Amino acid sequence: MSKEWPLWEVFIRGQHGLNHRHVGSLHAPDAEMAINNARDVYTRRNEGVSIWVVPSAAITASSPSDKGPLFEPANSKVYRHPTFYDIPDEVGHM
Amino acid sequence: MYAQLVSTEGLKKPEDMTPAERAFQERIDRNEKIEPKEWMPEGYRKTLIRQIGQHAHSEIVGQLPEGNWISRAPTLERKAILLAKVQDEAGHGLYLYCAAETLGVSRDELMELLHKGKMKYSSIFNYPTLTWADMGAVGWLVDGAAIMNQVPLQRTSFGPYSRAMIRICKEESFHQRQGYAIMMKMAAGTPEQKRMAQDALNRLWYPSLMMFGPSDKDSVHSAQSMAWKIKMNTNDELRQKFVDQTVPQAKYLGLTVPDPELKWNEEKGGHDFSEPDWSEFFDVIAGNGPCNKDRLGARVKAWDDGAWFRDGLVAHAEKAAARRAPVAAE
Amino acid sequence: MPSLPDMNTPDVAELAREAAAHSHATEIPTPDAGQDAFFEVLLRLGDATLILGHRVSEWCGHSPALEEDIALANVALDLIGQTQMWLGLAGEVEGKGRSADDLAYLRDAWDFRNLLLVERPNGDFGHTLMRQFLFDAWHFELLKALQGSSDPRVAEIAAKAAKEVAYHLERSSDLVIRLGDGTGESRRRMQDALDALWAYTGEMFLADEKDVAVAAAGIAPNPRDLEAAWDATVRDVLTEATLAIPESGFAHKGGKRGVHTEHLGYILAEMQFLQRAYPGASW
Ligand SMILES: [Fe+2]
Ligand SMILES: [Fe+2]
Ligand SMILES: [Fe+2]
Repeated sequence: MSKEWPLWEVFIRGQHGLNHRHVGSLHAPDAEMAINNARDVYTRRNEGVSIWVVPSAAITASSPSDKGPLFEPANSKVYRHPTFYDIPDEVGHM
Repeated sequence: MYAQLVSTEGLKKPEDMTPAERAFQERIDRNEKIEPKEWMPEGYRKTLIRQIGQHAHSEIVGQLPEGNWISRAPTLERKAILLAKVQDEAGHGLYLYCAAETLGVSRDELMELLHKGKMKYSSIFNYPTLTWADMGAVGWLVDGAAIMNQVPLQRTSFGPYSRAMIRICKEESFHQRQGYAIMMKMAAGTPEQKRMAQDALNRLWYPSLMMFGPSDKDSVHSAQSMAWKIKMNTNDELRQKFVDQTVPQAKYLGLTVPDPELKWNEEKGGHDFSEPDWSEFFDVIAGNGPCNKDRLGARVKAWDDGAWFRDGLVAHAEKAAARRAPVAAE
Repeated sequence: MPSLPDMNTPDVAELAREAAAHSHATEIPTPDAGQDAFFEVLLRLGDATLILGHRVSEWCGHSPALEEDIALANVALDLIGQTQMWLGLAGEVEGKGRSADDLAYLRDAWDFRNLLLVERPNGDFGHTLMRQFLFDAWHFELLKALQGSSDPRVAEIAAKAAKEVAYHLERSSDLVIRLGDGTGESRRRMQDALDALWAYTGEMFLADEKDVAVAAAGIAPNPRDLEAAWDATVRDVLTEATLAIPESGFAHKGGKRGVHTEHLGYILAEMQFLQRAYPGASW
């Protein structure tokens, strides 16, 4: 078997100015072709205005067993959420 | 379905599970998604690779029977619709191979297994498409049956598979409709067109029922897959749903489902219908369907003929990277 | 046995060259004689995209990689869409009530006006890409000029198509460069494709009296005026691809006048089968 095209992760920013979102992956021989392929594969239905590609091998992911320590501390900081505060109706929209 | 005969090791009882296996099962029971780098039982991983791989193979082999009519589509609009539809199926294959790859197998490895006959694809794609009405019937029945299976799979436990299914289901929605639209035209057309439409239904009805696979209500393998939420319904449940959905659609077209036993059963709230000929199904699975050799041959040829192209692009990418890299100090 | 003078004369090529130098080709009436020039030029546009779209779509399900399969189908879909617009306008200009589908499915080969280049068989994947590149480089320049057409309908279609074709050209030139400058085998295949197709490029720049008439009305450019830009693009890309540009200036021609290669008949036999077998049926 000859050398396989590497795998790329594709991120697309849609029409409405939101952040780039991970949409899937694909194979391509290099970054430029990955961009072209992403355009053909992942924007067939007008889904995007900007494309990022990243070699899948270059992604460092948080370790699943860290899920507790990484994300639970934020859970306890309820005061970060606007609904934590009672504002009287008379004050109006805030 | 697209993965009709995926065997697993059989259902494990909680008391036989290791603590890790039990914790894993509990996560699934809580509807948590399992992500690629997380611990999973080897059986879960292997079954998923087989199932997602078979599903991916079915998508790309499934391009062929419909691709067969792209050059003969009767209007420019039909040609564009059919081409877009068959192109979508290539995309579905692509998404699914990527999902399988997160489990530690490469796309090229899966391709090789397909080409060597060591992995299967859905039996349905070994039937020929003989008239234009088959483009209607395939979209209506085959995509219809596939959707029936794929919609619940959006909730499957394996994250990448679930996300691929969500994307696929979004794209599938026009496939069945375009097929039914062709059938409506034909059924309301000239007497010859109507005859063609009925003939397509006659030929594709039972192969479509076979897509769900033989009854697995007593299968321990299926029970394990269902416990792992990589199979969401029994084959019979899905087949029944498909028949109940399709019968009124056929009636609307003025076409006759080729089953004299077909009738509404008030008590069970569904149709009674005849089983397909399962010996034919096993013949097709074993490689003796009308088109097995042609379908696999076409895939192997595309792959082999394309080797120089894939290699050429790799060679160029390497040269270009070397040209960009700063010259190393002696 | 009858004698075969042309083969038996040793200096036959010499004689032919001499004869050509002293004779003026006889004017043979062409099938399109008398046909409205605007209609004719629209057919040339729509038939080229129709036949190339058909050829490219033949790859669907058979390409060397899934990503390419999807990309090529996008090109074919664009070309089919452009066909609907060009032939739709052609029918309107003709004014006999023919639709784009009527024109695509109910004319015989001699009424088709596409370049011979687009009806060439696909060959290997490299051959298909080289044909696409040579076509795209021309198509791009043509559409650029058509956007300034004095006919607003033409300008509007060209503006939409130009965006699509800019991407086609970007993609096909990129692949030609990569495969030319790839492995020894990929280079050889691309060179073979270029050598085989080169003689079908000259037809793109031939101008007949219809082209001249339409250009004079400001509707479309004179094909001759596209050659310099095409040549520059093609030379740049092929040089970067390390490919040798063929020296022969010979050009096959006839497509624009309805005199085709044998391949077109088979394309139409396939494409038109249902419309011909079931006349008047609606699909
Ligand atoms: Fe699909
Ligand atoms: Fe589909
Ligand atoms: Fe599917």
